[in-house]
Amino acid sequence: MMPLSGDPPRSRVLAVALVLIVLGLALAPFLFPGAKPLNVAAKVCIFIALAASYDLLLGYTGVVSFSHTMFYGVGSYGVAIALYSLGARFDAIGLGLIVALPLAALLALAIGLFSLRVQTIFFAMITLAVASAFAVLASQLSWLTGGEDGRSFRVPELLQPGTVFIPRDVLGVAVTGRTLTYYVVLVCCAALFLLLLRVVNSPFGRVLQAIRENPFRAEALGYRTVIHRTLANVLAAVVAAAVGALNALWLRYTGPDTSLSFNIMLDILLIVVIGGMGTMYGAIIGGTLYVLAQNYLQALMGTVSSAAGEAGLPLLPSLFHPDRWLLWLGLLFIASVYFFPTGIVGKLRGPPG
Amino acid sequence: MSAQDNAEVGAALPKTPRDYLPLLLPAALALAALPFIPSSSTWVTLTIAGLAMGMMIFIMASGLTLIFGLMDVLNFGHGAFIAIGAYMATLVLVPLAGWMQADSVWLNLAAVVPAVILAMGATALLGLGFERIVIMPVYGQHLKQILITMGGMIVAEQILYAFFGPQQIPLPLPTTLRGSFLIGEAAVEKYRVVAVSVGLVVFVTMLLILNRTKIGLLIRAGVENTEMVEALGYRITRLFVGVFMAGSALAGLGGVMWGLYREQVNAAMGAELMVLVFIVVIIGGLGSVTGCFIGALLVALATNYAGFLVPKLALITDIALMVAVLLWRPRGLYPVTSR
Repeated sequence: MMPLSGDPPRSRVLAVALVLIVLGLALAPFLFPGAKPLNVAAKVCIFIALAASYDLLLGYTGVVSFSHTMFYGVGSYGVAIALYSLGARFDAIGLGLIVALPLAALLALAIGLFSLRVQTIFFAMITLAVASAFAVLASQLSWLTGGEDGRSFRVPELLQPGTVFIPRDVLGVAVTGRTLTYYVVLVCCAALFLLLLRVVNSPFGRVLQAIRENPFRAEALGYRTVIHRTLANVLAAVVAAAVGALNALWLRYTGPDTSLSFNIMLDILLIVVIGGMGTMYGAIIGGTLYVLAQNYLQALMGTVSSAAGEAGLPLLPSLFHPDRWLLWLGLLFIASVYFFPTGIVGKLRGPPG
Repeated sequence: MSAQDNAEVGAALPKTPRDYLPLLLPAALALAALPFIPSSSTWVTLTIAGLAMGMMIFIMASGLTLIFGLMDVLNFGHGAFIAIGAYMATLVLVPLAGWMQADSVWLNLAAVVPAVILAMGATALLGLGFERIVIMPVYGQHLKQILITMGGMIVAEQILYAFFGPQQIPLPLPTTLRGSFLIGEAAVEKYRVVAVSVGLVVFVTMLLILNRTKIGLLIRAGVENTEMVEALGYRITRLFVGVFMAGSALAGLGGVMWGLYREQVNAAMGAELMVLVFIVVIIGGLGSVTGCFIGALLVALATNYAGFLVPKLALITDIALMVAVLLWRPRGLYPVTSR
């Protein structure tokens, strides 16, 4: 058994951080009781798995796709529509997945075969165009998707917050269907992450890295670059769709803003680049930091903003306004691409060798 | 014999084959739509609306495709330049609202011309800074270019929000350009005619500069082979900066025109237009100005016709058109570079 697929963190600080994050997530319902912390923890899990699947493309295959949220959305909408129209049953979730995952794979295959033969820029542009068309389509087909309002639905009874397994007086925290859902999300995301770690450390993953480093040479060695890139694209898409389904289950809602919006795409990009491209662990570090920042840094920025406002400083209040947090992350993103392209994880690991 | 020989030698030098087929596409599309549209006056209105929209998209997209053709840099932050241009125009046009409302061509012009100059100047300067500071370190590295320019787009959009606030800024048309006049039974909005004229002027100017001047010659040579131009003693970096500034200024001009067309400006417009501009550039073939022109007209005409005939379909006409063109010519209508 090699759960880490022979690719350990290779840095003491990183290992400690990872253990802390994993422990924190595993015990989140008991360590941080309450609805908001649990929401944050679930979002961390979901973004880690989503960013990891994106890292397979960006970090390991070296292609920039802007359609990752489209696949994420396919999974989200698949489960949402199935649960909405068939009612709160487990077989509805299964049906949603059976439709959504192959659909994501097919879309990815079509886009890949269509545009991955040419250069990176072309692929990036095409995926951007297709994803935006898909988002528009999803918000317009309101009979199916609920349009801009999205679909709220009920999950099976076992997963509902009202279902109490262990009441509050035993552990101090009530174990409800919500806790169970959290653990479903956590376990599935962990499994998907380990699967991706396995893939990138397999011979297939090595070929992807070879293609990233030098496509001509990889082709000359007899590896079909188009096939490998397309397969990576399909795999990343299927994982993203699965994560999207988990997200829908957790939120009990799917709408354009939670699944297809371009902002989520930018979030993933920021997570992967700041965390560390081509490391997989970067997704864990980046995802955790990002979601924590999104939920708690904004409050801090609000304090700075109002303090600056009271001090009568010009412009600072609006630059530190809580809604402007993306500005600072964007600057961090640019700095990170220039100065530490291997991200936080690469910095922690030090120079290779 | 010798005379005949000479003639043969002369004939043996092949002329560059001209490829006229894509040029006919917009006209073909317009004619194909004619039978489906109930009245010919509606068709005229729709066609002119499509042409006007296409010209504005062309102005925005031409800068992007020119920059890509010469420098092999695709600026994902181009949309931000469009938005910045539009915002710069509001800096002039909102205080001068009185002149804009006045029913006098000269007062209107006195407001619009400085706005356009400010927008183009500001985006050109920004382009200068952007090229020197942000893009220069990552020439030749596509992955980093995409990431960096995308990051630039995020930052620029956020800065716009910080300075101008998240609300939409209304940008009413000047009085002289309001309303429409009738051609036969077809109503044609004045501003659309202006947009078509400006677009044509930009297109013709670009073609003339590229094909008839020394700078254009150098740019075309640079597209073919950068190293050779440099080896012949021309400073390619100056050319890069100049083209980048010109391309950015065109984005600014496009932004002003689009803002006036929509009569409002918001920070998200850059990201929205970005997708449209990308589709146009892909259809035209990366780096080709003529292709970009045709692509813009095709996309805009198709959107307008579809919006009239089957409104639901209008949402995906861009993508459908792109797929169709790429199936016919996988690298776009006029692929310029072999890259």
